[in-house]
Amino acid sequence: MLTDLLGFPPQVLFGQLLLGLINGAFYAVLSLGLAVIFGLLNIVNFAHGALYMLGAFAALAAAKWLGISYWGALIIAPIVVGAFGIVIERLLLRRLAGVDHLYGLLLTFGLALVIEGTFVKLFGSSGMPYSTPASLQGGVNLGFMFLPWYRGWVVVASLAVCLATWLLFERTKIGAYLRAGTENPKLLQAFGVNVPLLTTLAYGYGVALAAFAGVLAAPITQVNPLMGSNLIIVVFAVVVIGGMGSIVGAVVTGLAMGVIEGLTKVFWPEASATVIFVVMAIVLVLRPAGLFGKAS
Amino acid sequence: MNILKTLSASASALAMLASAAAAEISDGVVKIGVLTDMSGTYSDLAGEGAAVAAQMAIEEFGGTVAGAPIEIVTADHQNKADIAANKAREWGDTQGVDAFAELVTTSVALGVFEVAKQQNKIALVSGAASSPLTNDACIPTGLHWTYNTRALAVGTGSAVVKEGGDTWYFLTADYAFGEALQGDVAKVVEAEGGQVLGAAKHPFPASDFSSFILQAQASGAKIIGLANAGADTINAIKAANEFGVIASGQKIAGLLVFLTDVHALGLETAQGLQMTVSFYWDLNDETRAWSQKYFEKTGKMPTGVQAGTYSSVLHYLKAIEATGTDDTDTVLAKMREMPVEDMFANGGVLRTDGRMVHDMYLAEVKAPSESSGPWDYLKIVRTIPGEEAFGPLSESTCPTK
Amino acid sequence: MNTKIAYLIAIGLLLVAPLAIYPVFLMKLLCFALFASAFNLILGFGGLLSFGHAAFFGGAAYVTGHALKVWGLPTELGILVGAAVAGLLGLAIGSLAIRRQGIYFAMITLAMAQMVYFLFVSSDFTGGENGLQGVPRGKALGFIDLQDNLSMYYFVLAIFVIGYFVISRTVNSPFGQVLSAIRDNEARATSLGYDVDRYKLLAFVLSATLAGVAGGTKTVVFQLASLTDAHWHMSGEVVLMTLLGGLGTIPGPAVGAGIIITLQNYLASGPLGAWVPVVLGVIFVICVLAFRRGVVGELREVIRKSF
Repeated sequence: MLTDLLGFPPQVLFGQLLLGLINGAFYAVLSLGLAVIFGLLNIVNFAHGALYMLGAFAALAAAKWLGISYWGALIIAPIVVGAFGIVIERLLLRRLAGVDHLYGLLLTFGLALVIEGTFVKLFGSSGMPYSTPASLQGGVNLGFMFLPWYRGWVVVASLAVCLATWLLFERTKIGAYLRAGTENPKLLQAFGVNVPLLTTLAYGYGVALAAFAGVLAAPITQVNPLMGSNLIIVVFAVVVIGGMGSIVGAVVTGLAMGVIEGLTKVFWPEASATVIFVVMAIVLVLRPAGLFGKAS
Repeated sequence: MNILKTLSASASALAMLASAAAAEISDGVVKIGVLTDMSGTYSDLAGEGAAVAAQMAIEEFGGTVAGAPIEIVTADHQNKADIAANKAREWGDTQGVDAFAELVTTSVALGVFEVAKQQNKIALVSGAASSPLTNDACIPTGLHWTYNTRALAVGTGSAVVKEGGDTWYFLTADYAFGEALQGDVAKVVEAEGGQVLGAAKHPFPASDFSSFILQAQASGAKIIGLANAGADTINAIKAANEFGVIASGQKIAGLLVFLTDVHALGLETAQGLQMTVSFYWDLNDETRAWSQKYFEKTGKMPTGVQAGTYSSVLHYLKAIEATGTDDTDTVLAKMREMPVEDMFANGGVLRTDGRMVHDMYLAEVKAPSESSGPWDYLKIVRTIPGEEAFGPLSESTCPTK
Repeated sequence: MNTKIAYLIAIGLLLVAPLAIYPVFLMKLLCFALFASAFNLILGFGGLLSFGHAAFFGGAAYVTGHALKVWGLPTELGILVGAAVAGLLGLAIGSLAIRRQGIYFAMITLAMAQMVYFLFVSSDFTGGENGLQGVPRGKALGFIDLQDNLSMYYFVLAIFVIGYFVISRTVNSPFGQVLSAIRDNEARATSLGYDVDRYKLLAFVLSATLAGVAGGTKTVVFQLASLTDAHWHMSGEVVLMTLLGGLGTIPGPAVGAGIIITLQNYLASGPLGAWVPVVLGVIFVICVLAFRRGVVGELREVIRKSF
């Protein structure tokens, strides 16, 4: 038995750190998706939380009606919801090309209301259970803490997806196009690259990331129509802290904020809901462009 | 001259007749407003089912009382006090609603109490549980029907302490109901010689309880008391299972558990759980017959909140029938005078602080092997006499009692 | 001249409206009309999309409620205290938010308002989830009993008219002109020697203060303040009202608020009750895609073209 650290039993300290890391992983995947979308469309996707929720619901529906397991849902839900995102981009967002980017934010806000409102109406707001896959049930007592397998898996899977996204952007041709599209879409178009297609794909990919996070969250938080509604605002704060400049920035900031939140739960539980916003305020005073942002 | 006299006499007679008719049933119809949670955390234990139960009471009267038709209006308050209060105010001001019914969650009941007090209308509280509703926060026309946090504490709280669960840590829903429940249970625990080690407030409603479960784990308390209800209770029990709380020797005490929660959790998870209930469908022939009828309409067995809604509306209508008026003060006096006799309460007494005193039951969830099928979930361990569950009137701090 | 007649007709209608329409509903409408008009000051004339105005509306709602219920202040003073606190809150949030522009400004105001929301959730004086209930309406000017819905209505109407007048005067003042210049071309305004940030901040604080007046008044009408007032959905709703009525027009937001509140009320009592958020969302999408000038903007366009 380890002795208490700083007056707190190690189970609590490490337990909350783990929970913080899990929340951080969700922040990372979601803000990564926002960053990908922002890069090419220049809009902040307010519907991101609603699409995250759709991912969880897709997993639930797949299990209920098609008998698809959690592992299948982890692949299928992002594809289905990503496709839905592509439809949104083609039908709606595309029409906003050339007007103030704020309208993009407002449009996606409206979409979030529609999607979440519809699901609340259809399924109620109390949430439905989605069971942990059998192979990840239970956990292990590490001596200093109890680690449920599923929670460990969430951290590993999120980091893997973040790494894959980084590789996609930094090491592949399509990634090079995407980066070029972020820097100078007109020039890229002039080189004969289909930029509108690239934009659509970027939105679809960002949405798929959100849906992936939704499936990961389903066994933890219950599948609830409003599960993404408050989360998205925290993720916005994370994005402001990190700046939407880089993939690494989004991931690092996300994880760090999760851990800071987890630690706050140990040392000052009352402040845990607000700590990220406080960090945001401090960053704005010291470095308005964000930790990883380019000064504009 | 004579003609004039006759005319004026008959005119005043007419006026008296008119005012007598007005005193009978205001605007010719008895209207009951059911305000409940139709879509949220408490929609299973109250919700649509409570509206159905109120409707059943009306049907028992054949749809009319004292010669006037009975109408019911329902609204979803989403567990928000402001929505409930605004709706109640509008109903009272513009729709001629005579009584508000169900009113699950304490914050809602408190909000509607404000309106009921101003409009002098009867509030039939069933789902809200906090004992302050008939203590500090009482109003002359607010009737608390089904249960309260004190009764729950007396039932489950003392039973758990007697079995050796003498150190407690609470997970408390962060609003009036959670505080009231925690407060009442803590009193009982300490009176029985137990000790409260701490409490963590969680947001209402909460979806992920893991961080609160960790705090409870760290407290080392033998009992983790869940001062919450509905989906919150279910989620907390699940998180406790995930983090190996039960395996490590701590026990969970659900302080307000409903039949629908047991149904959602399944007997495998819920077996052995002790709970205090105001009603169980399988108590006697009367409850079975009524519940069967309810089941045919909803596909579920009723919770105490739903049965209590039925009972409160029925008793209200009986008083109107007996007095021939829907005048609030007259009806209220009659409701207090008559004992509450129906399938829910046997000789229930409506006190001047608004408390309806009736027997409560301590129950235990059956093991899967003991259950004969869906909804056969509880065995009654003990009947708690009304006086013991709710305490004497002298204990009430209601200023208008 | 035409606008003067239009305003006189509007005031005449508002004076007789409670004879035909439920006064509490009208009061709600006026409170939100004032809220949206105040919001338009920063979005329509300052070009800054604040997604956090619920913090000011809700904050003032709580402070006014507390001032009336606990401190026992007179009604007018209670509302003023609420508005003052909203203004201070605006100063704090505004000075952080104006460090960034455009989308970042929106996200920062949203995040800061969410932080304020969480503070309200956990504060004792707000009553958390229970809300602050049983706020006394008090007496206007010390002798008009506001418990009577009709007296209350004319009290709210007076507040609305004063607030609206302040907003319209501000917009047409030299200050308002500079603000519009900044909205249209910030770089040019800077090069002309205006302290752009100062103007933006002042407009933001003024907007927050007036939003606070609306929030405080709403508490007096409904006799309660709750988390709904401070939730980000409220911030979104006021954006929608402004957008629907007409960005950057003086009467637009009030018209938008009228439409939305009427719609909510109408839908809530019908079978579509639970669909209200969805309907609002759809209106939002339609406004953004096809109707960016809003009702008043489109009307003006029609009038301009036909004359």
